[in-house]
Amino acid sequence: MRRGDSIASKLDWLTIFLYFFIVLLGWLNIYAAVYDETAVQNIFSISLNSGRQLIFIAASAVIIIAILTVDFKFYDTFAYFIFGGIIFLLVFVLVFGREVAGSKSWFEIGAFRLQPAEFAKFATALAVAKYIGTSGFRMDYIKNQLMLFGILALPAILIILQGDTGTAMVYSIFLFVFFREGMSPLLLILGTAAGVIFVLTLLVPEHIYLYGGIAIIAALALVFGKRTTRRIILIVGGALVITGVIKSVDYIIDDVMKPHQQNRVKALINPDADPLGYGWNVTQSKIAIGSGGFSGKGFLRGTQTKFDFVPEQSTDFIFCTIGEEHGWIGSLVVISLFVTLLLRIIYIAERQKWRFARVYGYSVACILFFHFGVNIGMTIGLFPVVGIPLPMFSYGGSSLIAFTVLIFILLKLDAHRMQVLVR
Amino acid sequence: MNESRKNIIQLIVILTAIVFLVKLFSIQVLDDKYAQAATSNIIHKVVEYPHRGLIYDRNGKLIVYNTPQYDLTITPKEVRDLDTLRFCELFGLAPGEFKSKYEKMSRTKGFSYVKPNAFIKQLSNVDLARVQDYLVDFPGFDIQARTTRAYSYPVMANALGYVSEINQRQLDRDTANYYKQGDYIGQSGIEAYYEEQLRGKRGVKFKIKNVRGIEKGDFEGGKYDTLAIPGKNLTTTIDIDLQRYGEELMKGKAGSIVAIEPATGEILSIVSGPSYDPADLTGRNYSMNFARISADTMKPLFNRPLMAQYRPGSIFKIIQAMIALEEGVIEPYTRIACNRGIIGCHGAHSFEDLVGAIKHSCNPYFHNVMKRVVNQGLSADTYEDTKIGLAKWNKHIESFGLGAPLGIDLPNEKSGLVPSVAYYDRAYKNRPWKYSNIYSIAIGEGENLVVPLQMANFAAIVANRGYYYVPHLVKSIGDSGEPLSQFKEKHYTSVDPGYFEIAVEAMAKVVESGTGQYRARLKDIVVCGKTGTVQNDPLPDHSVFIAFAPRDDPKIAVSVYVEDAGQGARAAASIASLMIEKYLLGETKRPYIENYVLKGDFLN
Repeated sequence: MRRGDSIASKLDWLTIFLYFFIVLLGWLNIYAAVYDETAVQNIFSISLNSGRQLIFIAASAVIIIAILTVDFKFYDTFAYFIFGGIIFLLVFVLVFGREVAGSKSWFEIGAFRLQPAEFAKFATALAVAKYIGTSGFRMDYIKNQLMLFGILALPAILIILQGDTGTAMVYSIFLFVFFREGMSPLLLILGTAAGVIFVLTLLVPEHIYLYGGIAIIAALALVFGKRTTRRIILIVGGALVITGVIKSVDYIIDDVMKPHQQNRVKALINPDADPLGYGWNVTQSKIAIGSGGFSGKGFLRGTQTKFDFVPEQSTDFIFCTIGEEHGWIGSLVVISLFVTLLLRIIYIAERQKWRFARVYGYSVACILFFHFGVNIGMTIGLFPVVGIPLPMFSYGGSSLIAFTVLIFILLKLDAHRMQVLVR
Repeated sequence: MNESRKNIIQLIVILTAIVFLVKLFSIQVLDDKYAQAATSNIIHKVVEYPHRGLIYDRNGKLIVYNTPQYDLTITPKEVRDLDTLRFCELFGLAPGEFKSKYEKMSRTKGFSYVKPNAFIKQLSNVDLARVQDYLVDFPGFDIQARTTRAYSYPVMANALGYVSEINQRQLDRDTANYYKQGDYIGQSGIEAYYEEQLRGKRGVKFKIKNVRGIEKGDFEGGKYDTLAIPGKNLTTTIDIDLQRYGEELMKGKAGSIVAIEPATGEILSIVSGPSYDPADLTGRNYSMNFARISADTMKPLFNRPLMAQYRPGSIFKIIQAMIALEEGVIEPYTRIACNRGIIGCHGAHSFEDLVGAIKHSCNPYFHNVMKRVVNQGLSADTYEDTKIGLAKWNKHIESFGLGAPLGIDLPNEKSGLVPSVAYYDRAYKNRPWKYSNIYSIAIGEGENLVVPLQMANFAAIVANRGYYYVPHLVKSIGDSGEPLSQFKEKHYTSVDPGYFEIAVEAMAKVVESGTGQYRARLKDIVVCGKTGTVQNDPLPDHSVFIAFAPRDDPKIAVSVYVEDAGQGARAAASIASLMIEKYLLGETKRPYIENYVLKGDFLN
């Protein structure tokens, strides 16, 4: 290998810069979230979350070097092995794991805890990429689609069994990857529509209006469109399906969801109904962010987060610290950083000639997007409270390392994109 | 074709970010309700209670002060492994009382699960010393200090009043919204009248707290804090030694003693009998003691000097004489036969002049004097003439401070009653009435009512020869050295001051050689006085005496009422003269009189 061909010259430094910038901001905000004016504290102290996060950052650096050192073909070749290994860990943790806050998804190793579900994301991305990247793969084959959903369902079900529905929901985002790779948009549209109807059903207590609205829309479509047999069947059938979804919402809420999940949905719809009970998290989170104003209270000057009004202020609700201490401007910076990173990753994915790398790239973008959207969405009351971290920002070793692995495998593949023959 | 789908995905990412930024802008910049909620989340108001003003006597002796008392508080959230049995034993509760007490407390407004609530109120120093070592065994329980009133002497309960927790009615009336549930407020006496001066002003400190209510420092560097302003001390007009002596004399009797310094209207002592120990209405046993005291049939809470309305009796004759002289219907030398046909009399006399009539308390004389005042022949119609005359009389009487509250600096002062034309019109339902219907008011019986304070003030008027200052109890508020402004205003009666010398002369005679000679006369001091024996069928008469001394340059004016004690010359005259002696000489030289009073057997 010639010197000019060193890996450093081929890496996408913009992504690396964005990655480290987000990690650094996250670290500072973790310190701000636990900062106590009355105590003598050091940001490096191992007794603080910020000190421990620094260890995780250092570990991430080591892992980055390891990922970049390994031959790029390793990830393609061993995709199924890695996936299989992670699935084994997921089963293993179900049996031997330690239960934390109702979820049995942790291994305890000394003072640190490891959450295999975090690592299942990149493993699943590799497996999906490997499957789609197989020569002759066609997305329009039902068999292929079923196989892909199987790959997603395996970790998702295991994680649900651990009691961590939030993390399991991430796998739904692979629909976008499949969409990019040629799957009919119908599934995406139907999925989105079902979501909209679900929320509408909750927002409108009198379902009779919804039924009336559906009937009117269907009637209008019948009156003003061409009345072919196929269209009539489609419209009537669609209206019936939607009615069925509405009917099933109550069933899902009351019988399928666990009480704490029901409450999170209720808190989204009307957080003021029980601000001290199930609405507490969302109410306090919005208070913290909302009190930041345009330019915020200043670094370490926030009160709501560090006085524990906001729960989980250094993990899932870390965005509150940004909103409170740095205001709308700070939020703009953080959101812009994430959007730039996401667009850059999509750009990187698109420039791959190797389908495996491209699919993997999209998987990375979509997983990050899901976390970004759901996490910030819940802190500002646009999404039910789902306990998933803000990537590279929230406190937590498993999560930081998992996202690092996820991103740097892509960068490794990208660095070698010229060495891959177009298949 | 699928390459274009990249745009859709990019668009979704960007749209999501825009939605977030718009929502963030709306809650962070446009809506300030979150900023307010954040402030109210963290701010914790700490109220600083100022010290209540102290109360001194006229010679600078401390009468009322503050003493620390301790509330035992409970923070339910922090209670662990509570051994209620041991707790009850330690704090003197009956087993099971803990539960009922807790339930009662948890239903009150302002109860908090996470903050301290007063559980047992007002432990004394002694109780505290006993329990504080054990407190460590009861997590969630703590001691909160506050002050309550304490008294140097067990006297003057009714005049001083008491302080207790504010009640709902008072809270509703508090339009300025100063008071909060659980605050203490003066409920009667000086404590109530001077509440605003005594209480001072609460201070507020704004602290920031975390979600568990633990303090984390000053809010904005204490910018909004206000300091507590301590209450003002009051210097009263009371001579505490004289007061104690008066209470000693009144022990076992119902009635009152009011002593005034005539030149200033300052009240030297104000005794209401029977009384109670003011310390009983402070501290932990307040409720129990209050129930006991208020249920007492002798009514110790009834502040007799200003609330007990009696008929004035014979002491009223001096006022009648003054009015008649002013109206010009008699002269000092006017003699009137003691015609006992209409109205009874006592003692051996038959045809006295004015001084003699006062000295002998001649009823027919004053029946005739009053008739001359009321029927001056200003109208040919006897009925109309009586009305004109009574109205004139009324005007004079009122100028002596009768028939309306004088305006002493104590709450609940009664007016007494001076019957007016309108009063008799109402009483006779507009049927005609004339002097023969109303003559008993001539000798202080009938419809007349006065309170002892008014009679003491009358004695002061005679002592001053025609004017008075409104009697009051506080001569200096704080360091001002001044009483309230209304107590610096001189009030003249409508009678020419020249006539009062005759009253003085007559009252001196009463003590020198009349009804007061046996028990009211002092060796070196000329005492002027007048006895009264107020009918009180079917019980024994009330014993009444007013006096002042010395005759020239009077230093003290007194009224004494002793209920159901017979002739004014006995109980009341003895007590009044002892008070004068004590005040002017420091002690009595007549132990037999003192013993006579203390023995309290006046009817035989």
